[in-house]
Amino acid sequence: MSTTPGGLPPASAGLAEHGHNPDAGGHFGRYGGRFMPEALIAAVDEVAAEYDKARHDPEFLAELDRLQRDYAGRPSPVTDARRLSEHAGGARVLLKREDLNHTGSHKINNVLGQALLTKRMGKTRVIAETGAGQHGVATATAAALLGLDCVVYMGEVDTERQALNVARMRLLGAEVVPVTTGSRTLKDALNEAYRDWVASVEHTHYVLGTAAGPHPFPMMVRDFHRVIGLEARAQVLEQYGRLPDAVLACVGGGSNAIGIFHPFLDDTAVRLVGCEAAGDGVDTGRHAASITGGSVGALHGALTYVLQDEDGQTIESHSISAGLDYPGVGPEHSFLRDVGRAEYVPVTDAEAMDAFRLLCRTEGIIPAIESAHAVAGAVRLGRELGPDATLLVNLSGRGDKDVDTAARWFDVVDPASLPTEEPPADDAGAGEREL
Amino acid sequence: MTVTQPGGSTGLTVLDEVFTTARAESRAALIAYLPAGYPTVAGSTGLLTQALDAGADLVEVGLPYSDPVLDGPVIQHAVDTALRGGVRVRDTLSVVETLAARGGRAVVMTYWNPVLRYGPEAFARDLAAAGGLGVITPDLVPDEEHGWLAATEAHGIAPIFLIAPSSTEQRIASTTAVTRGFLYAASTMGVTGARDAVSDTARTLVERARRHTDLPVGVGLGVRSGGQAAEVASFADGVIVGSALVSAAEHGRAAVARLTSELAAGVRGNHTGR
Ligand SMILES: Cc1ncc(COP(=O)(O)O)c(C=O)c1O
Repeated sequence: MSTTPGGLPPASAGLAEHGHNPDAGGHFGRYGGRFMPEALIAAVDEVAAEYDKARHDPEFLAELDRLQRDYAGRPSPVTDARRLSEHAGGARVLLKREDLNHTGSHKINNVLGQALLTKRMGKTRVIAETGAGQHGVATATAAALLGLDCVVYMGEVDTERQALNVARMRLLGAEVVPVTTGSRTLKDALNEAYRDWVASVEHTHYVLGTAAGPHPFPMMVRDFHRVIGLEARAQVLEQYGRLPDAVLACVGGGSNAIGIFHPFLDDTAVRLVGCEAAGDGVDTGRHAASITGGSVGALHGALTYVLQDEDGQTIESHSISAGLDYPGVGPEHSFLRDVGRAEYVPVTDAEAMDAFRLLCRTEGIIPAIESAHAVAGAVRLGRELGPDATLLVNLSGRGDKDVDTAARWFDVVDPASLPTEEPPADDAGAGEREL
Repeated sequence: MTVTQPGGSTGLTVLDEVFTTARAESRAALIAYLPAGYPTVAGSTGLLTQALDAGADLVEVGLPYSDPVLDGPVIQHAVDTALRGGVRVRDTLSVVETLAARGGRAVVMTYWNPVLRYGPEAFARDLAAAGGLGVITPDLVPDEEHGWLAATEAHGIAPIFLIAPSSTEQRIASTTAVTRGFLYAASTMGVTGARDAVSDTARTLVERARRHTDLPVGVGLGVRSGGQAAEVASFADGVIVGSALVSAAEHGRAAVARLTSELAAGVRGNHTGR
């Protein structure tokens, strides 16, 4: 294993044995598994076998560590958010700065791993689904770096609200395919990626962007992201001489959350809090809180909590955050929720945008709207626990991509100067939204 | 409890008859897919009836699902239309019931989550009671069957699984071991949709399957013409046609009848070009 600045655990440490694996079929308790067409079973078997070899191959691990360090910029720092703390009941709020990674989010951790795996499997093309565009940008980036063809599927709604990232992907040489079926968001992008993969699997690897889908993706994507928690745990211990009282992260499919939670699983005094996107509020039905407001079903390859109606039809999710706008969640989160090791709380669009503004104004950090959900969760929990508490928040990404959405929400620019879409309709809320 | 069909047989034995009859006539069986609720529930019953009357030996009644990852644009569109029209799981069961009541033979084709939500045991029970003969589950592999085999067996209906060109010998063996009624061989690596040519992989896949099982093998994905049906019928026991019929359905019952007759001639080796 190579060394990293500050003697922190390298990315490859995330792939080492840790005793929290699913069974051979990819089940975390009753969740996970492989609810998918037979045609793709051989492909996921190949990925699982290759990943198993790679995680024990010193050369692969060294290359992953080199890219993570010299290319992506790991380790990422932990920032003590002192002015934010004043708004969080005086609790110490520590931000794990995944927003500072190359490409601007945690997504690069997983993508570098899977892109290297693609090369190992001798495949020449990668496909990806993306919501916020961060995973698509990361995949396009790694494809450029490693000389792979790249096609990214993105719901048409998301191509509009995350237009900056569409441009980034195209600049990086990827083909972006707007998906016009269903709700035209992340879930439909996943459907389309599966349809591509079943016909292209011979030369194509599907770089799934979150810790969901069929085995081995939930386990493998988690392992590539475990470096977040491994670093943060060591950083907090070393700088503050203690573990945090709680670790918070936003949960879409759940990759940044499982990455930071996982190395704390055995620290049973540390609360693990996943912040789900509650959209207009869980009781309105317009939300994306799969665990808080969903039920158990099979979606996109795994048994897990999903938003579904009484016939098992997927219900469209709603969130201001494209990256959280997904009606399912990774199976390990469903398991952690059921065994009570992690808790999942809803954060509405309005709460997330308040936290977004707060972080901009108190710390000079413009977060991704996804990450703002975790910040909101921390502000709430800090007020509950008070000044003795130490909270570790995964700041999973930066907010450049969200400037348009935020400008509309807060009414900071002349709406006529913005492309498409109307500014938020309810005038009553406009006062609150002033930046 | 095993539901007894008219004549004292179960869904499983009726399904067997479909293939033994075809074999006795030295031909393949024609299996026609159309989704319930497209364009309406009554409309779909009419179209499926038309297919049966025009020569389909068996129909697959599609249960519309919001996330059909194994379907191409034609079926996606039809299913989307059905769902927007408000079709429910129980409508699919009632379509089967109507067809069965007039002697039609029907299985259901469904993604797994609607069955999971309904309750696999309850679904098997209610489908058997409606006169359905089996269930094709394109996104359920036997590894995840959790009680489904027991439920289908208890109610005398067939759990019908898929094999694909990418399936290993071991998986073909384990899948055929638990499949009843007939085996569904997905002819190509890809989603549903009419194709210009029958791929060689279909023939190879059927040959591979036969080394593991005596089950009838139906070939699906891509067949659209009498000529293609004849070609597939030369090596398979069943010719499954979906997207082409759904496209025909857009033009009404007469178009469905016309295509079905062409395909029915095809599976008998009589066809007029492609
Ligand atoms: C910055 C950021 N955070 C979080 C997410 C949500 O994904 P996950 O739940 O897999 O971390 C996304 C997804 O696009 C994202 O871009």
